[in-house]
Amino acid sequence: MVYNEPSPLEVKIISQRFELPNSASIDTYLATEGYEAIKKCVTMTPEAIIDVMKASALRGRGGAGFPTGLKWSFVPRTTGKSTYIICNSDESEPGTCKDRLLMENDPHQLIEGMMIAGWTIKSNKGYIFIRGEYRYLIPIVDKAIEEAYAHGYLGKNIFGTGWDFDMYTHTGAGAYECGEESALLESLEGKRGIPRLKPPFPAVVGAFQSPTILNNCETFSNVPVIFRKGAEWFAGLGTPKNGGTRLTCVSGHVNKPGVYELPMGFPMMRLINEVCGGMRNGKKLKAVIPGGSSAPVLRAEECTDLLLDFDSIAKAKSMAGSGGLVILDEDTDIVKVALRTIKFYAHESCGWCIPCREGTTWLKKILTRFDEGGGKESDIDLIGELAANMLGRTFCALGDAAAMPTGGFIAKFRDEFEAKLRQGAPARQQAELVNI
Amino acid sequence: MTFSPELEARFEKLLNSYPPGRQRSAVVPMLLYGQDEVGSVTRELVEEVARRCGVSTLQVDEVIGYYSMLHKKPLGRYHVQVCTNIACQAVGGEELYEHASRTLGLGNKQVSSDGLISLEEVECMGACSWAPAIQVNYDFFHQVTPERFDQLMEALRDGSYGRQAS
Repeated sequence: MVYNEPSPLEVKIISQRFELPNSASIDTYLATEGYEAIKKCVTMTPEAIIDVMKASALRGRGGAGFPTGLKWSFVPRTTGKSTYIICNSDESEPGTCKDRLLMENDPHQLIEGMMIAGWTIKSNKGYIFIRGEYRYLIPIVDKAIEEAYAHGYLGKNIFGTGWDFDMYTHTGAGAYECGEESALLESLEGKRGIPRLKPPFPAVVGAFQSPTILNNCETFSNVPVIFRKGAEWFAGLGTPKNGGTRLTCVSGHVNKPGVYELPMGFPMMRLINEVCGGMRNGKKLKAVIPGGSSAPVLRAEECTDLLLDFDSIAKAKSMAGSGGLVILDEDTDIVKVALRTIKFYAHESCGWCIPCREGTTWLKKILTRFDEGGGKESDIDLIGELAANMLGRTFCALGDAAAMPTGGFIAKFRDEFEAKLRQGAPARQQAELVNI
Repeated sequence: MTFSPELEARFEKLLNSYPPGRQRSAVVPMLLYGQDEVGSVTRELVEEVARRCGVSTLQVDEVIGYYSMLHKKPLGRYHVQVCTNIACQAVGGEELYEHASRTLGLGNKQVSSDGLISLEEVECMGACSWAPAIQVNYDFFHQVTPERFDQLMEALRDGSYGRQAS
């Protein structure tokens, strides 16, 4: 099921089956070139597969945008140890709601993508780690896995190659931190989802202390089409070094929020004005959070010529992240958005690293005070300083993910914080002061 | 401790899903699936999961506090979760939560006295493009207005909800 009207400007590659009847069934998948890519891949060497992946310029869709082919090439293939394929479907980045659609509408595409990764490193087991809140997806994905077994695509001696591959779903139970790859692995092993010190990276020491390919759900979902249509075709869809399309999740103050599949490098303003039908109620654009809540905010004027790909948004000193864009209009209270953002990170910090655990809590306290009208001039710089001191001082990126947007809100909208200072305490608090 | 045949089958499948000697991996899924049937993570459930996974009860206990969906106390029969994170906030999520709290007479994580409804203000649930969103147990509801919220709560109370959802 899709939850918003598609746009004619979309380039539907990984969402091409979303609107077909019984899109999640293996019959629909097989009728639309399903499992053709894995058939091709089992005649290829791992080196050849990795070369195609590198040439495709596919980059990780979870947030970091790391080149997928390169990530696969890091996995040692001669250790004699078992290896694992893990799909990160712990989609929790605020602003992001795409992996849900991929699993709901086209689970076989994901399974085939994971199979190609599995064949590449001759892994025998794959796990799809699905966030606990997405319980309704588990029967859908489990059913797809069962269908794949029934057709001989999973199980023993696949295509007579002697290669065995099993696949399972695994549920999370509510923790944003488990979207971080090493924390996800801890959670998969039945522990608290705290991050591991890196290196070693999961490619070398991952699930069950073994070499592991761990990618986001959308990343794996892109793999089959690369082998059906070729790396050059795929790379040509986007901008240089940013291959393919992206399920772009738009929320906030636009007329038609939704998830749209657009080529990498699609212009931001065309997304807002044409795909999403412009700003709601004829309001002016104030700001965009361009890649999930961890991405530093951009002012409207910074979006004018901005292209939506990893490198262009990085050049604008933010990040394409998870592909979730929150569009904010002129009436938005930026201090409130900053506060809600930091409340989230304070709630989700796993507590393992002190700069993150304490930093997010302090930032929440200061921003709460600020929002309630009890802020001080010096708080503005204190917020920036605290955020700066969290950066790069934690095991995983959650500390950075909290610090970067907070620093961004202050840097880009200092005027709004200062205006809040001038407003002073709201009437309720002043009344309390009089009573004392 | 005995469970429904469906849950027993699921547990059996889970314990066979992980590499040999790695049955600890089943702890979190078993706690969540178990909680769905039992109503909460009871002492008995903890001991049963520990026994089946071959780990100490301490190793089970230590994960419970970490995962926000695991609860030692029973929730309402219908657990109403309202998202107020930034995408929902932009289009009235906070106001919707306040409306929910006021009309249900419940604060965050409180359960109604008849045990029917519990309320929680939650973090992003992955429905940002169709905000504001709520979940009732595991069911998603998109673009929820206060009026639609009231109708939904009425359906929970008069028993028509279960029939609707199925």
